[in-house]
Amino acid sequence: MTAVFLGQPGVGNLRGDQSFPAAARSAVADAQLRRNIGRATGTIRTKRLAAVAECDDWQQLRAAGSALKQDVLARLPELLEQLEANVQARGGQVHWARDGDEANRIVAELIRATGSDEVVKVKSMATQEIGLNEYLEAEGISPIETDLAELIVQLGHDKPSHILVPAIHRNRTEIRAIFEREMPGADALTDDPRVLAMAARAHLRRKFLSAKVAVSGANFGIAETGTLAVVESEGNGRMCLTLPETLITVMGIEKVIPRFTDLEVFMQLLPRSSTAERMNPYTSMWTGVHPGDGPQQFHLVLLDNGRTRVLADEVGRAALHCIRCSACLNVCPVYERTGGHAYGSVYPGPIGAILSPQLTGTTGHDDPNASLPYASSLCGACFDACPVLIDIPSILVHLRATQVDSERGGLPSGQDLAMKAAGWVMGSASRFGLAEKALGAGRLLAGGDHRISRLPWPASKWTDSRDIPEPPAETFRQRWARNRGGDR
Amino acid sequence: MSDSRAVVLNRIHAALGSATPAVVEVPRDYERRPLTGSGDIARFAETVADYRAQVHRVGASEVATAIEALVGTGSAVIPADLPPDWVAGVRTVVDYPVVGIDVLDSVDAVVTGCALGIAATGTIVLDAGAAQGRRALTLVPDHHICVIRVDQIVDTVPQAFSALDPSRPLTFISGPSATSDIELQRVEGVHGPRTLDVVIVGVRR
Repeated sequence: MTAVFLGQPGVGNLRGDQSFPAAARSAVADAQLRRNIGRATGTIRTKRLAAVAECDDWQQLRAAGSALKQDVLARLPELLEQLEANVQARGGQVHWARDGDEANRIVAELIRATGSDEVVKVKSMATQEIGLNEYLEAEGISPIETDLAELIVQLGHDKPSHILVPAIHRNRTEIRAIFEREMPGADALTDDPRVLAMAARAHLRRKFLSAKVAVSGANFGIAETGTLAVVESEGNGRMCLTLPETLITVMGIEKVIPRFTDLEVFMQLLPRSSTAERMNPYTSMWTGVHPGDGPQQFHLVLLDNGRTRVLADEVGRAALHCIRCSACLNVCPVYERTGGHAYGSVYPGPIGAILSPQLTGTTGHDDPNASLPYASSLCGACFDACPVLIDIPSILVHLRATQVDSERGGLPSGQDLAMKAAGWVMGSASRFGLAEKALGAGRLLAGGDHRISRLPWPASKWTDSRDIPEPPAETFRQRWARNRGGDR
Repeated sequence: MSDSRAVVLNRIHAALGSATPAVVEVPRDYERRPLTGSGDIARFAETVADYRAQVHRVGASEVATAIEALVGTGSAVIPADLPPDWVAGVRTVVDYPVVGIDVLDSVDAVVTGCALGIAATGTIVLDAGAAQGRRALTLVPDHHICVIRVDQIVDTVPQAFSALDPSRPLTFISGPSATSDIELQRVEGVHGPRTLDVVIVGVRR
């Protein structure tokens, strides 16, 4: 792997400014946040199980989805060139971006060429990832998020915390307050989600009907036909993809799939896994420019931004199979307690813990993204839920091992010394026996709850975030010697 | 720009290594049998209704009456090639020559046909083909009345994809516009048509 040229690391909103344990500590202290996320994920978990149980061939669909994505990665150059040729043949233009900065520049130039200083946006993880909104604002172009949850995040001057529902950390009362504060003319709202949705409709309607330029992401790009697909619920996607004169779509290079009929697999897996519906309300597919119907200028921006770096790791590359359904977030006991902001990246939860550090690469122990592969108890719920069978727990372990290996040499860390000492003690029966005797003294340190919560340095590095159970009055070996000692 | 294309493609080649890619066999043992006979009309009616769309089953001679009742005294925009007898009793605006967005925003409803319907998921698919018109027609008006013949109903998602033509603009519609963005609870009616009526034409029930 040393000979492999690694792609430019991912740039944009992929890294927080503190490690996961530090960020999680303040997140779990926020009782409102925990309640909001616990309620929302609890609702969707039950519904997803019912939606999946309806498909007798669910496991076969998962296996097909997984194999299709493996095939895509194995043939990526060929499929991208095919996609490009077919989009161009149908009147679209294709642009390639090495990283987020380049993609942002391309999009801003395309918008400027239209003479517009405002764009409507369909929810897109790729443009969140590269920080397109921030870039456009700095360039004097107003990006208007039209997805309800993205709008809540944008109006709340907030950050997304979930792949599918970026405002999952907000409850209806908080959303009402944000709307009343930020939407001109929105007053006398109630907490009823229907009333809040209607307020968003009224707020955006004029924008949709007058917008000249739209920016979208893509769920799928079909190599054999040049067709792009956007999967959505509200109709904001259809508005953006249909009414403006110019459409600019930013798509990660791993989103290409070989054939149109391959959608028969993904369009069953994705809706049931993400919103637990048999089918999402709206899916739009278009191929280049359709004369007299929809945007007459179409640009596709193909984005690397660290994806080729992920691809270079034979184990880790399976993270690129992700279809962004967010089922793994909804079932994760860690995500349920910390929410998405603690992960620092726009990709939170289990998939984020394997995707973000690989996209950015990590610069050593103090890199916040280096802590993400540890943000898991390895319980495996994410793997069970993943519609394309990404073995997230194994990749987490692989990334932990890679991280530890990369830090070998130089001064040994506290953990290295502790492991060495443990190895020395456990290497001999008599030393282990002595250690067990010493352990008994630990009983004196335990509190009334039979737990040791505070030890002096260096053991404090352990007890700062965990309790140690009181050592038993008698170890297994001591008990064995007492009961069966004569048998030897 | 072309420089970036070469850089990205070179990075991919480098990341994949020099070995010829192993052929990945995609297991296709999921349900993908072709449709035999007619689709499951009752299931289609049930799954469409689950999204809180209104379902109407009528005989071939009753389409106009059903549509007239749904549009009422309001006006409906229609594609130029909609069968005129469907809207005999309705005040219509024909999208020929092409009408402006303000007109689409001011009419009460839109009446179209569709390309097909999927019984397993309660989905109707529009492909801008016969009796459907351009995509904006079914998007801007707040009430969509979609007519589907029973012989346009297929059972499964794979059957739909094998029947569709990707070179056309495709819109999959499953119920009225909805969102799950507030506490992950589904609420109908955001930016797309807030009312969806699906008129199934065939054997009357």
